[in-house]
Amino acid sequence: MSRIWRFGDDVNTDQIVPGRYAPYMTSEAELRKYPFIEARPEFAPGVQPGDIIVAGRNFGCGSSREYAPQALKLVGVGAIIAPSFARIFYRNALNLGIPLFEADLDWLSDGAEAQIDSGSGVLHTSRGAIQLPQPPTWMQEIWQAGGIVPYFREHGRFPGEAAR
Amino acid sequence: MAQTLAEQILSHAAGRTVQAGEVVTARVDLAMVHDSIAPSVIRILHEQLGAERVWNPDRIAVAIDHVAPAANLQTAESQNNLRSWARSQNIRNLFDVGRGIAHQVLIEERLARPGLLIVGSDSHSTAYGAVGAFGTGMGATDIALALATGQTWLRVPETIRVQAHGRLRSGVTAKDVALKIARELRADGATYQAIEYHGFDSFSLGERTTLTTMAIEVGGKAGIVPPNGPALANEYAPSWLTIEPDARYSRTLEINLDDLDPQIAAPNHVDNVTDLRNLGRINVDVVYLGTCTNGRHEDMAAAARILRGRRINPQVRMMVVPASSEALQLAIADGTISTLLAAGATLGTPGCGACIGRHMGVLGPTDVCLFTGNRNFRGRMGHPDAQIYLGSPEVAAATAVAGYIASPNEIERT
Ligand code: SF4
Repeated sequence: MSRIWRFGDDVNTDQIVPGRYAPYMTSEAELRKYPFIEARPEFAPGVQPGDIIVAGRNFGCGSSREYAPQALKLVGVGAIIAPSFARIFYRNALNLGIPLFEADLDWLSDGAEAQIDSGSGVLHTSRGAIQLPQPPTWMQEIWQAGGIVPYFREHGRFPGEAAR
Repeated sequence: MAQTLAEQILSHAAGRTVQAGEVVTARVDLAMVHDSIAPSVIRILHEQLGAERVWNPDRIAVAIDHVAPAANLQTAESQNNLRSWARSQNIRNLFDVGRGIAHQVLIEERLARPGLLIVGSDSHSTAYGAVGAFGTGMGATDIALALATGQTWLRVPETIRVQAHGRLRSGVTAKDVALKIARELRADGATYQAIEYHGFDSFSLGERTTLTTMAIEVGGKAGIVPPNGPALANEYAPSWLTIEPDARYSRTLEINLDDLDPQIAAPNHVDNVTDLRNLGRINVDVVYLGTCTNGRHEDMAAAARILRGRRINPQVRMMVVPASSEALQLAIADGTISTLLAAGATLGTPGCGACIGRHMGVLGPTDVCLFTGNRNFRGRMGHPDAQIYLGSPEVAAATAVAGYIASPNEIERT
């Protein structure tokens, strides 16, 4: 079983990885040590591959730094669920192939056990299974490809024209 | 069907008529990458995309502004790599250390122009809306794809119309309008949407940039001021870019400029905004005047008008970091800089400075800062316990004199 990491509203990219810990300032190899280094220092040492972040509104607001979602990907975050996401973060996470779901699960407590099947969008919790709202098919295709670069190489084009 | 400015620009860039909600592939007119993100962009270009050449070196701008000059060996080496990469790609628009913050420089260099689609490796790329462009921030992967292909994909955003009425009183500025907008729309109020700012025809280019850099602070994908009014009189706007009265807006926010008071965003959220007069007494240790939002010549000159003949409070350290070398030169030429220095301020190299807490005045744990920038997130300018209050350049100057957050009118009466 994976665990749930709960966060509040308006989690910004300076909280996820402060600008001072950017690969530019430290090194790419160290990035996995820095997610939530100041906002929640127990996160990076404790998180296990497949764990799920459940947060409040406007997750990922602030900077365009892709190293924020990249740091979460490096430690193996399996999915992020929040009622809403800031658009640059959403796009960066999608590009990196991190599954995101828009849902308000504020009843789920921090540390709860859960398991997600990101393909079907089903979250298994101690209170049963929940079907999460699925993003449009073309977005799922980007995750399935493993991100926008593999998607682009595979299709030879951006998602837009397919979604028309 | 009538279109918003965002729909018009994205239709042009997509080569077909599009409307809000559609996902389009669009031609990029200009792509900006800065020193902080460039190493990742170059790595993705080479390792993931196998792109040895960029699509068009003349439509790419590179800025070394985020840690300028280099603060340590790592950034020094990284910047050298970026310089040699840019040269090897024949990118002539390389704005090196000291030239200034990318957003300000691209506007000064007239690389940002009305009707263009501009993507930048920086969330404050919404700045380019000050000249009537669609500017938006993206991450390293999107920027690498844009550099390789000259294209990007976008969901055409709905648009919020901000409609101003009246005129600002003395001591009240574009920054107060931007903070008022954050107060009303909240930090996620414009997520996935564009903002159009109407009723600002009398605003200078700098004032418009103050508004548009802060579009992202309410989640905006772009913030566009129609390219009308004296500030844009010499700017050629394409004939297809017009305000269409019947365009559909998701919401209209009316703002009365006449009765607006100086606004302050208190820690740690940009939308934690209150009228300065209701703030209570907040003593400060640091006043920081600069950034893409408020580091221009007119911002420094406004602060100097208040500081002329006065000394900053001995408890306060005041940093001035011009947004660009052009802003600095203007401020030297008209005596603004000597006024600021005579008052006790100190000067940094044009660029981002301590805005992201990396160098040139980072805050310590007990510091309380009045900042003319755009973000007061916890840890943004250094130690996570530092307290950051956002306000205008005039408020910054008044605060530097008072030693606590003060309005310009309060100081000018003394
Ligand atoms: S001045 Fe601050 S907000 Fe503006 S581009 Fe630089 S780091 Fe970003």
